[in-house]
Amino acid sequence: MDVLWAVLVQPFVDMVSAPDFLLQVLWDGFVGGVLYALIALGFVLIFKASGIFNFAQGIMVVFAALTLVGLYALGMPAWVALGLTLVVMFVLAVAVERLVLRPLVNQPDIILFMATIGLTYFLIGLGEFVFGGEPKVMITEALGLPTGMREWEVFGGVVFFQEIDIAAAAIAIVMVVGIGVFFHYTRIGRALRAVADDHQAALSVGISLEQIWVIVWFTAGVVALATGIMWGARSDVSFALQIIALKALPVLILGGFTSIPGAIVGGLIIGIGEKLGEIYWGPLIGGGIESWLAYVIALVFLLFRPQGLFGERIIERV
Amino acid sequence: MFYREAGQFKTSYRADMAVFPILQDRIGLGVILFVAVVLVPLLGDDFFLNTIMIPFLIMALATIGLNILTGYAGQLSLGAGGFMGAGAYACYKLTTYFPDTNILILVLASGLVSAAIGIVFGLPSLRIKGFYLAVATLAAQFFLEWCFIRIPWLYNSNASGAIEVPGRTGFGVMLTGPSASPEARYFAVLGLVALLTWIASNLVHGRIGRSWMMIRDMDIAAELIGVRPLRAKLSAFAVSSFYLGVAGAMMVFFWLGAAEPSSFSINLSFLILFMTIIGGLGSLVGSFFGAAFIFILPVLIRAAPRTFGIDVAADAVQHLTYMIIGALIIVFLIVEPHGLARLWQVGKQKLRTWPFPY
Repeated sequence: MDVLWAVLVQPFVDMVSAPDFLLQVLWDGFVGGVLYALIALGFVLIFKASGIFNFAQGIMVVFAALTLVGLYALGMPAWVALGLTLVVMFVLAVAVERLVLRPLVNQPDIILFMATIGLTYFLIGLGEFVFGGEPKVMITEALGLPTGMREWEVFGGVVFFQEIDIAAAAIAIVMVVGIGVFFHYTRIGRALRAVADDHQAALSVGISLEQIWVIVWFTAGVVALATGIMWGARSDVSFALQIIALKALPVLILGGFTSIPGAIVGGLIIGIGEKLGEIYWGPLIGGGIESWLAYVIALVFLLFRPQGLFGERIIERV
Repeated sequence: MFYREAGQFKTSYRADMAVFPILQDRIGLGVILFVAVVLVPLLGDDFFLNTIMIPFLIMALATIGLNILTGYAGQLSLGAGGFMGAGAYACYKLTTYFPDTNILILVLASGLVSAAIGIVFGLPSLRIKGFYLAVATLAAQFFLEWCFIRIPWLYNSNASGAIEVPGRTGFGVMLTGPSASPEARYFAVLGLVALLTWIASNLVHGRIGRSWMMIRDMDIAAELIGVRPLRAKLSAFAVSSFYLGVAGAMMVFFWLGAAEPSSFSINLSFLILFMTIIGGLGSLVGSFFGAAFIFILPVLIRAAPRTFGIDVAADAVQHLTYMIIGALIIVFLIVEPHGLARLWQVGKQKLRTWPFPY
């Protein structure tokens, strides 16, 4: 009985009795979720356009952030460094398309997946070789991002908001809306959706697959850069980020591989769910459950909807 | 010229369906076994046994385990490291409770524990497929890793949180712990790997292996002609986890001598997956090739600057190793997506027609 009470009732009693703390936890979870959603967004972009499960998205985040910090450390103004980083991400996109994707056209999914893992290793090695392995500090102030703290008195307590978190949420929203508009109303966006729908049909109406892939990988690179800046501002820029990026995978399966809204909603569910679980249920079994709770949440959802919340229905034929 | 089956007639169905139907293959296998049993321990020094042969054989066994699941049954898994850890910790607990039992029996028994865990984490595969399943297996990986850290019972509540291998014997010989000789450990590993490879070969050539491959190639069609997906998928998970568990236990007991939870991290899972794919999905001999390629290559790269007398900082070499491995994997996938096993087959085919190819 005690166990059931502790699992099923006590956490909710705790939540209601300290609503300000609950609000703080929800906010923290929300911010974490936004960042997961951003990483997942990069995955979804590439998966939609090329059917490739891009494992390297996590390391692209680290790589972009490292490049930015590294260029700034050379003495460039922040905006020049930002522009140059975008150039680097574009070169990376072209190189990936030329050297990895084009020779591997028509291979099974798992081969392409493995190729992106190879790319991950390559980028880890390159990043550490060029910039060194030690954690770096993100140039938050030079980029003009706010760094203060805001307080909000509510429910007889105080809830703290980092300004950088608010900025992160705002930038994420702008970016998602921007990508959505880009996909819906521009010529390139329409081509992207055509490719996502059917490669051969897209080819037959004269859409260049190669060009689309470069654009998509570059867009994913831009998303990676934004994610890297945001995440780097919260902690350090280090290769540990790459492990956190693995958290984007449950977000993906929760939202469905092919859905941008799914990535956002999935990210928020995972972010908030894992924070709530860690704070209110974690102590029951020793804490630290954040490392796997996200996967279990996603797994439970999957058992009911194998294609994710927003994924396209999987139709199988023999 | 030498490798030709002309004149070798099969007079029974058994002979025709043998795993090695060609005489030269049987001779070749004999030579490999002779080298492994006699020449390697005779000629190799302790360093060679410890840093190359023992880990290579263990990694090959783990690769076979993952190959059964991913290569034969088609269920992509990123949780190999977790299952290896499950085997290692199970073996550690078993040696605590049964200190006098033959360690080889305990290693095999710990595989059974890992197999049971594998069945539990294989359950989602009945409903989830492809990359979705890969992410589901990550749940297994991280959950097991968390268990190794957070459950003190698993590591006998010692202060370091790591498991230290005690000295244990098998057949009256000291096989584990600091006082065991490399030769003894090598023979233990070689014996187990040979035995388990033989069993795996029989499994994949038999009824159960065929049901795995049918599930892999087209699960609905397989179901229609009477393969039970539940039984086929869960048996693949069980057998695969058994192999991974045994490999994990061997890794700690016969090679590392001690292990902490981070030894079984996601990186190990990726390493095993690399070996499986580079070696060739759905090929046992490929598992050995893949393990050799991925495991021995970094050793060589690290040794290369010293050999050529170039002075490079240790961490730069480490980074370069990463880059080279990443690039090689991509190159490899482009040149031969079906892995080293396919190269081996092509080579054999060439050899068959040599010196007069048509």
